[in-house]
Amino acid sequence: MKQSLFEQRHAENWQRFSTRLETLEGSRRKSGSGAGFSREYRQICQHLALAIDRGYASHLVEQLQQLAMRGHQQLYRHRSQFTAQLLSFVLADFPRLVRAEWRWVALAGLLFFGSLTLMALLVYGYPDLVYSVVSPADVAEMHAMYEPAARRIGQTAERASSTDWLMFGYYVMHNVGIAFQTFASGLLFGVGSLFFLFFNGLMIGAGAGHLTDAGMGATFWPFVVGHSAFELTGIMLAGAAGLKLGWALVAPGRLRRGEALRRAAQISVRLIGGVMMFLLIAAFIEAYWSSMSWPAATAKYLVGASLWLLVGAYLTLAGRTPHAPD
Amino acid sequence: MSLSHAEPGFAAPLALLDTRVRMETPEGIDLILRPAGLLSRSIAFGIDLMIRGVLLGALFFVLGTLGDFGTGLFMLALFLGTWGYMVLFEVLHQGRTPGKQIMGLRVIHDDGTPIGWSASVLRNLLRFVDMLPFGYCVGAFTCLQHPLFKRLGDLAAGTLVIYRDLPPQRPALAEVTAINPPLPLLLAEQRAVQAFAERHATLSPARAQELAAIVTQPLQLSTSPDPHYPVQQLNGIARSLAGSS
Repeated sequence: MKQSLFEQRHAENWQRFSTRLETLEGSRRKSGSGAGFSREYRQICQHLALAIDRGYASHLVEQLQQLAMRGHQQLYRHRSQFTAQLLSFVLADFPRLVRAEWRWVALAGLLFFGSLTLMALLVYGYPDLVYSVVSPADVAEMHAMYEPAARRIGQTAERASSTDWLMFGYYVMHNVGIAFQTFASGLLFGVGSLFFLFFNGLMIGAGAGHLTDAGMGATFWPFVVGHSAFELTGIMLAGAAGLKLGWALVAPGRLRRGEALRRAAQISVRLIGGVMMFLLIAAFIEAYWSSMSWPAATAKYLVGASLWLLVGAYLTLAGRTPHAPD
Repeated sequence: MSLSHAEPGFAAPLALLDTRVRMETPEGIDLILRPAGLLSRSIAFGIDLMIRGVLLGALFFVLGTLGDFGTGLFMLALFLGTWGYMVLFEVLHQGRTPGKQIMGLRVIHDDGTPIGWSASVLRNLLRFVDMLPFGYCVGAFTCLQHPLFKRLGDLAAGTLVIYRDLPPQRPALAEVTAINPPLPLLLAEQRAVQAFAERHATLSPARAQELAAIVTQPLQLSTSPDPHYPVQQLNGIARSLAGSS
């Protein structure tokens, strides 16, 4: 068949397919333009193959190629059943994933909580050590934040709810930033994640040890015990995801480095999804619960302990038996 | 699906000499992708940065009037702008942020399918490393090293930034009488003659004559003292190949 006859015969179909593609590209909303799409797409593919095989002119081939390409983009469109996926991720997939990657989680936890505890004990024992990691200006700022006198002011006038909003925004910005850094720098052969885990552990440990030593433990511990369950766990998991990424580059096994990285990244990014969830919860608790000064310290400790238990139980137990939404 | 550099396959139309890649799909056809290079991507990023800057700046002044509550909202907006802007646009707007839209780019998966949430989140989170140590040095370096111009984030997420194709212009064939080819043409020869006829309007007459003179002998075309005669003959063959219209 000559090219012009071929064109004459099918030009109308191509035009129709092109119009339909425009509607599909324009909006994500449901429309009637999906009906019979795959049949028309297959036809375009066949026409393209014919055009190439019969040696038709390149402008025709190119036109069909573009139609096929655009059709391909629409046919393989990303399908999102967002709510169902989110639900199954929160209820089962995320804790399962954390358990499956327990090696990296354990390593990250050891680094982070190990350095934190060690530094806290060291600073508590040798108070001057705090200045080796935290600058004097920052130490002064910490003092201002957890001054027992501030508690008395806090008791008479509750912090306005607008300030809670301010702090919520700040915590989201700051903490999620730290977690993302810890994760992303894992791409540098894992060194970045190692560094940030260790460094953040040292800083937090030094702060905790110093404040306890300076007699501000009574304001500090009730404040942090609640949200730290989610916040510290979140940073640890972000580090674990980063370490996994880095290890894929260091020891790719039987795969090429690029391929190993891609596979590790697919798993890590899901961990990061869970980390974001944790950090949002942490920011919420930190802004609205931890900052409240009227609950007695005992109440705060109790709530804190139950939150820690909750996080632990969630990560170890959730999703062990399959449920309907999975 | 496989990504290959112009593998000579069965009835492969043309070996690709430039940076285009041919990708085979399950439908048994080849898609031709044109990866975008460093410059257009940087400009697209610059445009996106400016848009975000202007929006957040405006938001800062508006929300600033609301006191602490407004500042908190602004921080949330800043968070969303820093980490969410690229992801939301890429996933919900066919792989195009406004900057990419202006520069005619789009992001897709390695296998040619539209980008999804996890790949987009990954490539944009890992931006942090590409920015190291300053001004996207790592990203620019890997981008220039890679045959498909990928930065580290693209490597890990398995994504590719390509040019969107412009609709092809229909070239006008010369108005000459159709001539049947004197001998059966191979597919590649047929394509070459057609390509010549399509492009001949953009060639200078001297160059067109020079090119046409090369094939006079092998195609056993009749000769004539007129130097433009071979050009006309090639156009005629192309017209006959296309069929009368």
